[in-house]
Amino acid sequence: MNLTLKVWRQANAEAKGKIETYPIADVSPDMSFLEMMDVLNEQLIGQGIDPIAFDHDCREGICGMCSMFINGEAHGPDRLVTTCQLHMRKFKDGDTITIEPFRAQAFPVIKDLTVDRSAFDRVQQAGGFVSVNTSGNTQDANSIPIDKHDADKAFDAAACIGCGACVATCKNASAMLFVSAKVSQYALLPQGKVEATDRVMNMVKQMDEEGFGNCTNTGACEVECPKGISLENIARMNREYLYASLKG
Amino acid sequence: MLLRVYALILLYKLNTMSLISSTIGRKVAMALSGLFLVVFLTQHFTINFISVFSEDTFNEISHFMGNNPLVQFLLQPILIFGVIFHFLMGFILEMQNRKSRAVQYSMYKGGANAPWVSRNMIWSGAVVLSFLGLHFYDFWFPEMNYKYLEVLPLDPNRYYEEMTHKFHDHLRVILYIVSFGFLALHLYHGFASSFQSMGVNNKYSPSIKKFAISFSVVIPLGFIFIALFHHINSL
Repeated sequence: MNLTLKVWRQANAEAKGKIETYPIADVSPDMSFLEMMDVLNEQLIGQGIDPIAFDHDCREGICGMCSMFINGEAHGPDRLVTTCQLHMRKFKDGDTITIEPFRAQAFPVIKDLTVDRSAFDRVQQAGGFVSVNTSGNTQDANSIPIDKHDADKAFDAAACIGCGACVATCKNASAMLFVSAKVSQYALLPQGKVEATDRVMNMVKQMDEEGFGNCTNTGACEVECPKGISLENIARMNREYLYASLKG
Repeated sequence: MLLRVYALILLYKLNTMSLISSTIGRKVAMALSGLFLVVFLTQHFTINFISVFSEDTFNEISHFMGNNPLVQFLLQPILIFGVIFHFLMGFILEMQNRKSRAVQYSMYKGGANAPWVSRNMIWSGAVVLSFLGLHFYDFWFPEMNYKYLEVLPLDPNRYYEEMTHKFHDHLRVILYIVSFGFLALHLYHGFASSFQSMGVNNKYSPSIKKFAISFSVVIPLGFIFIALFHHINSL
């Protein structure tokens, strides 16, 4: 396939970025999107052009590092996949593909397509954990009876890889799907219920401080999430937050 | 100028109140005020619909609503506060949302993952708000003038005539129909969405959504029918 790539280039966080156009030839439909980007970078290096910086790590759809906004959608046109699991067979010969970084005030661009998603880390650090002493005498988690439905829902919420596609795709750059998944995975389990009040209050407070937008229930985040995190988690977080606020 | 100062003070107060200073608190406040307005809309529709069947009953109810102290001095101020609150909160949320993505995408396929109505609540809301201006000009201001400025004598039989008179004008009826169309769009997303904002997403949610969508179609269509009914009758 021969393609035209329109890629966001930005030298650093302070620089003014712009879209650059690069033609690329002989792209195999079996390549992953990131492999295609690797080929493009080799081409650019050969031409003496600075290669495009982009995030990636496992390339197995697990780590949540890849973060491109492709043709107007987070992780591209495919569903339930990250950019690394998007394959070039989803495109046609002669296509023009626009590639941009995830955009949000809370995700500043570092360079080209790489963005700083440490806002998610700070939200997680504000309460996305269970405070237990792991000195060797903790109770085996399997010995605590948990309703199967709750366990399944907690597991589904825990599938969130924190890639930030929800923020990138939301018209308001809201992080509610990510934060609600982290709140839910603990709120549903007995181990997490002990600190549920502080957790939801602190995580929402941190989320707001990071400058994410408000959720307007468009549902775009759920559609674009590579792990299929449900809007049900946002409703659960809203309940948890209201309960925690009233409890004081 | 004074109004601007009051508006700024109100905005500042709303921002600093703990209940609505968080993103979730604001959404819940938005949902509650929206549901309150849905209840009012149902009541308003019921009274208006009666005008299609009985002039006398419509006059009787309108006279009661217009002169009952509880309605006039308690429910009416609450309603006006609800409308202003819903509008202001929507405005605050929109401003905050725009700030959260200062640099826009050069390509953004919003339609690929979310319906148009859910992404344009601010615009459908703005049209409904503009319509409220016209509606107040048509009915509320003349009513306030009649009762409290000119202090004209009570006339329990004037309401039907005053109302039907307004629907004689073609342009006004067209504006009303367009506005009800936008009201339908606003309700289509907003009504069901308010339950999600308040944390309701369970086995009843599909039924709630069906009811909310039916409501968003039936009520505005009903208002359009009433406007057309009186317009055609006045020709």
